[in-house]
Amino acid sequence: MTLRFRLNGRAVTVEAPPGRRLLDLLREDLGLTGTKEGCGEGECGACTVLVDGKPRLACLTAAIQVEGKDVLTIEGLASSGRLHPLQEAFIGTAGVQCGFCTPGLIMAAYALLQENPRPTRDEIREYLAGNLCRCTGYAQVAEAVELAAERLR
Amino acid sequence: MRRTGTVEIVHPRYLGEALCLVADGGRPLAGGTDLFVRVRRGTETAPCLVFVGELEELRGVRETETGIEIGAAETHAEILAHPATERFAVLRLALRAIGSPAIRAMGTLGGNLANASPAGDGLIPLYLHEARVRLVSIHGTRELAVEEFILGPGKTALRQGELVRSITVPFPRDGAQAYFRKVGRRQALIIAVASLGALVWADDGVIREARLALGSVAPTVVRPREVEGMLVNRPLTVKALTEFRDALSSAVRPISDLRASADYRRQVAGNLLLDLASG
Ligand SMILES: Cc1cc2nc3c(=O)[nH]c(=O)nc-3n(C[C@H](O)[C@H](O)[C@H](O)COP(=O)(O)OP(=O)(O)OC[C@H]3O[C@@H](n4cnc5c(N)ncnc54)[C@H](O)[C@@H]3O)c2cc1C
Ligand code: FES
Ligand code: FES
Repeated sequence: MTLRFRLNGRAVTVEAPPGRRLLDLLREDLGLTGTKEGCGEGECGACTVLVDGKPRLACLTAAIQVEGKDVLTIEGLASSGRLHPLQEAFIGTAGVQCGFCTPGLIMAAYALLQENPRPTRDEIREYLAGNLCRCTGYAQVAEAVELAAERLR
Repeated sequence: MRRTGTVEIVHPRYLGEALCLVADGGRPLAGGTDLFVRVRRGTETAPCLVFVGELEELRGVRETETGIEIGAAETHAEILAHPATERFAVLRLALRAIGSPAIRAMGTLGGNLANASPAGDGLIPLYLHEARVRLVSIHGTRELAVEEFILGPGKTALRQGELVRSITVPFPRDGAQAYFRKVGRRQALIIAVASLGALVWADDGVIREARLALGSVAPTVVRPREVEGMLVNRPLTVKALTEFRDALSSAVRPISDLRASADYRRQVAGNLLLDLASG
């Protein structure tokens, strides 16, 4: 099918079978490899993107489900050439180590700050509970989100 | 949705079209949080998936004279955010306990219901509120109580060609205290080892009516009606509830699996009851 949607603010048209995973569409067909595949079954959050402003797992989303929608990936956050405050904060607090979970974590954190610009530490932890990280403690991650929240206000 | 090869999915624009497609053997697809996991594992056998998540007729939350009607394709996040669900505290508590924010933004109440998992968090408030399920097919509509709809683990009364259209939830009598707790194996993405939801009406600390619903301790969510009856006219205190802990533990029929043994589940169910007095 011919699929039309908005990706990181730009209109895209791409040929894809309707059942193609959004994850494969992004990584393989559109060359946006920032979105990662961890478990492929909804458990790790590495593939988190925003669809119409809400968090979604690209591994459990079919191409057909984003038709006409607005998709935001990690590549869309720094599209002006400058890092987003969340990205800066993750680097600054050592919230990034191997970095595999980072795009998903940052997209989930981005969704959180859209919903709630002043989250408490518990709210941050709860919201990011679906994003697994094997390397960092969640303390650095929560700290990074708090820092970014302050800068964004 | 394996990495290579893709499932066939169709996206009908109208309910009538969708009903024809499911009558022909298509499998309804809403949020995909259960179905795509099955597709990936190779356990889903339907030749074609029919995306019903955006059908107008399956969407929205509507207040009626007697309660609310929730479209089957409403996501957990949408239901939580809807003002009409404010009077249904136990529904909100249970839906908030589902998965992660992304899972709640994708998964639907209709999908949770049709999935018929004994651990389905969304089912507990539906049992407590004695919700009804509205079904639709090319032949017409019918309505079932949620307890008639769910038949066993992964088994429902859905006939070939039927869709869940909506779920109706009657307003509870005023003054209900809502309670929901699930015990799981790890912090994130808890799949319940045992869960308990309750609606309790009490005057001056004395229970007048209690409804309990337990998850993950039997092939389906269960209402231990005998225990509910025993609680009437008893004080809502830990001391009084302790008397009924064993009754509740023996009212359930848990299985042992990778996550927990039957005995452990029985014990957790009993302990959750005591929590009612503090929660
Ligand atoms: C990581 C992860 C964590 C999870 N955590 C929880 C949790 O904590 N608690 C919990 O209860 N669940 C949990 N789930 C399970 C799942 O998210 C829920 O059951 C969700 O509500 C399913 O809804 P869906 O719209 O995604 O269903 P889908 O996957 O789209 O469909 C599920 C089933 O329902 C059928 N179906 C869907 N809509 C209809 C309809 N309108 N009429 C007829 N049949 C229909 C489908 O054919 C399919 O058989 C989790 C899943 C994942 C992947
Ligand atoms: S890859 Fe999607 S949640 Fe793990
Ligand atoms: S930084 Fe390595 S998994 Fe999170």
